[in-house]
Amino acid sequence: MSKRDLKLKVDEFSSPLGKIKGLEIEIGKIYAEDWDEPMGPTPWPTIGTLREWDRRLLKRYKPFYMPFCDLCCLCTFGKCDLTGDKKGACGLNMAAQQSRIVLIAACIGASTHTAHARHMLDHLIEEYGRDIPLDVALNTNVEAPNIRLVCGIRPKTLKDLEDALDYVETQIVQLVAATHTGQEGDNIDFESKAFHAGMLDHVAMEVADISQISTLGLPKGEPETSLTDLGYGAIDASKPVIMCIGHNVLPSVDIIDYLMGNDLFGQIEVGGLCCTAHDMSRYDKRAKIIGPISWQLRFIRAGIPDLIVVDEQCIRTDVLQEAKAIGVPVIATSEKSCLGLQDRTGDDPEKIVEDLSTGKSEGVLIINPRKVGEVAVKTVINVSKQRQGKKAFLIEDISKLAKSCRACGECVRACPNNLPIVDAMKAAKEGDYSQLASLYDLCVGCGRCESACPVNLPIISMITKADEKAAIMEKYPIRVGRGAIQDVEIREVGSPIVFGEIPGVIAMVGCANYPAGGGDVARIAEEFLKRRFIVVASGCSAMNIAMTKDEEGLNLYQKYPGNFDAGGLVNVGSCVSNSHITGAAIKIANIFAKRPLRGNYEEIADYILNRVGAVGIAWGAMSQKAASIAAGCWRLGIPVVVGPHGAKYRRMLLGRKENEEDWKIFNARDGQEVYVGPAPEHLFYAAETAEEAIVMTAKLVMRPNDTNKGRAVKLSHYIDLHQRYYGSMPDDLQLYVRRLQDIPFTMRDEVTKVLQDSGWVEDRIASPDPTLLDRLVRRRQ
Amino acid sequence: MSGKMILGQTAEIPGPKKALILPSAEVAATMIKKAKRPLLVVGSEATKITTKDGDLVDSAIRVMKGHKIAVVATAHLAGEFRKRKADGVFSMPLMNLGDRLRDTKWTGLDGKGRYDLAVFVGLPYYLEWLVLSGLKNFAGDLKTISLDRTYQPNAGWSMGLMVEKEWKEVMDKIVSSLGEAS
Repeated sequence: MSKRDLKLKVDEFSSPLGKIKGLEIEIGKIYAEDWDEPMGPTPWPTIGTLREWDRRLLKRYKPFYMPFCDLCCLCTFGKCDLTGDKKGACGLNMAAQQSRIVLIAACIGASTHTAHARHMLDHLIEEYGRDIPLDVALNTNVEAPNIRLVCGIRPKTLKDLEDALDYVETQIVQLVAATHTGQEGDNIDFESKAFHAGMLDHVAMEVADISQISTLGLPKGEPETSLTDLGYGAIDASKPVIMCIGHNVLPSVDIIDYLMGNDLFGQIEVGGLCCTAHDMSRYDKRAKIIGPISWQLRFIRAGIPDLIVVDEQCIRTDVLQEAKAIGVPVIATSEKSCLGLQDRTGDDPEKIVEDLSTGKSEGVLIINPRKVGEVAVKTVINVSKQRQGKKAFLIEDISKLAKSCRACGECVRACPNNLPIVDAMKAAKEGDYSQLASLYDLCVGCGRCESACPVNLPIISMITKADEKAAIMEKYPIRVGRGAIQDVEIREVGSPIVFGEIPGVIAMVGCANYPAGGGDVARIAEEFLKRRFIVVASGCSAMNIAMTKDEEGLNLYQKYPGNFDAGGLVNVGSCVSNSHITGAAIKIANIFAKRPLRGNYEEIADYILNRVGAVGIAWGAMSQKAASIAAGCWRLGIPVVVGPHGAKYRRMLLGRKENEEDWKIFNARDGQEVYVGPAPEHLFYAAETAEEAIVMTAKLVMRPNDTNKGRAVKLSHYIDLHQRYYGSMPDDLQLYVRRLQDIPFTMRDEVTKVLQDSGWVEDRIASPDPTLLDRLVRRRQ
Repeated sequence: MSGKMILGQTAEIPGPKKALILPSAEVAATMIKKAKRPLLVVGSEATKITTKDGDLVDSAIRVMKGHKIAVVATAHLAGEFRKRKADGVFSMPLMNLGDRLRDTKWTGLDGKGRYDLAVFVGLPYYLEWLVLSGLKNFAGDLKTISLDRTYQPNAGWSMGLMVEKEWKEVMDKIVSSLGEAS
């Protein structure tokens, strides 16, 4: 479909009825319709359209606020002290202020993906034209589940995506306006608006990814995409090395194209950090994935890159200084991240290359991706010649440096994880670098320790240098991001997921702000893969999953297949590919259950909440984008578990399992309100340890719709994991066993005893056709 | 985590309402003993923090023997208590616990009534900081104490920054006072 402007102008018209002069009729949008699915109740929802759905969720999953700051300093009345029951000068209380900050974060995240999508779409339309058809995935009709669901349109070409983005941009402006002083005043309404931002974010991400898949030849949902290399060891540092950082692949694509067009690919290494790396490898698997966001400093400090190209999002804002320290120029490529550099977009490429190669310019801003490709390749060839023999750490003698450490402990206080840096420095003074090396896997690479150090020790460099031999060698296979889940896969797994026989879909997403290293991500993923859950991954998490090998030297991508099925490990790709994860949940409701999709948000979300055992785990969630991605999951009824640092998002959405009234829903068969138990218990939850996250996730996959067999499968995992990590049976089994058939056969005696001790009564927990929506009740008793 | 260095984080910068420093072990122990329904919250870092008893789990087990304060382990730490034959420990995830501690209608882990004092120890610094902030702002009638070896500004009462040896002495006095039979 498409909607277009219609303009009718009649200068002069005569008929027997009379004469018309200067008639103009203008209609803003009309629909050229060929989608026969009837329009649902909520196409193009405004910021208030889904408010009632949100309030239903928020009545059950109430916010628990943990203020990160007791003040509000957003207007000139302030600073206002909101501690306890105080109000600010505008009348806002602490709960509303916290939810306001949550909304602001979600808006930042959604805006970032939307701006990314807009840049991507505008560029691709310029390159390929508006009428390029969307070709997203093999064996797939539902090419854009988020857009279909939210907007009520079926996009066919790039130009249809413009309509979706126009809508998202308009809505985000409304949301940001709601955060102005003297606007929204209710915390639950702020929360609802944050959900709206999240929903919009998934539309924007979908626009970005399906437009690049359709035009750039990225994988179209093939389960077994090729393996490529990740890690320092993937880069041949003897060649000129271009390092691309960020999320928007367009400049990198033109670098790769230029290399291919000039037959230089084998002579120059191109590697990426963060999501740009995923999308580069999706474009051409010869592009290398260096690592997650946390590796920026350590890779630059290792002296390996000869040129740094930054696009947008998650780039270190001090990258210019870091690059300067190793004598490497920077090319910035986005107006959103100019880094103070001169805009050379209009200049002769040869002149720019000369200025960068001779050091006359330490960096340039070039907005045209094609020009970036040419300038980057020519520059790196020149610069690498000058850096022969210099591609190494600037520091040599760790022990000598460590001797200047005063053991003041400021580095430890500045470290997000309180890593024992002082102890490591003391050992290093004596020539023992093992403690410094042991910090390598635990360090999140933020560099706050260095800023805090009173003697300016290059602590990140020292840690990396101490583990240099292992680090330089590290290389791991990672399956290239496949993009969307095919419709045909959804058809095959829809039934076992909805009835609980595939115990759950676990999405390992988000950034690399881990509390105890990235190894936990692989550990969590493997725990569920072994148990035949479907594990989906994206972004930095997908990278960290690759970086743990077993005794035989194999990692999870080598041990588990890439199909969306039980025991499959599915790397969908970059940040914007997260839309395929919510898209898969939506498609289960639509393709398997045949629920109408078009503009029918509430019903689909209700279906997912009550039937699809999907849980997101963002173990290292750091950014505002992670906040908005999570918010999009919440509105769809998908719980999200974050690591302990995720508590800094300052509010959780927690159910209270003991409050029976909170867990009553309608039986769509007869309209009766019935108790179904606390499934899923929470919507947003920070776990203190990986073990806690594993056990909680195994519980959160339970849904009211589970069959007896499905519930027994899910309970068996929950009980087994609880026994392993907590050393006991769970204390809430009576809330999840509905009848005797739910009890896992091999655990019957133990579970029965627990149930008897708790006063459990069979069938007190109902197994209805579950819905929170009164309008979906088919017949009333 | 090393026990030899100054702990805490830059987030120690308090808001307008900040914790009072506990002047002595005796004061801390007396406050706990005087509470009607006190609760000791022991976090996942307890096994990494050494005390005169061994580690914080051992100290908490000694406290349990005095029956003056209920003990709850967060995260998966209850498994460690059970390994050491301390089956009487309660277990609840920190987020669930924080959410309930602010609820005036919650009847506690044993169903016998709401707690009037929550004592925290052994949690990751920033996580304790945040949960204490939630309680400071949304559970004004609940008294809170942090026994960690660093200042927690959002608690009602907190230790100051202490060197390890001094902290171990203080903790030993508190544990001894609470662990002795009534």
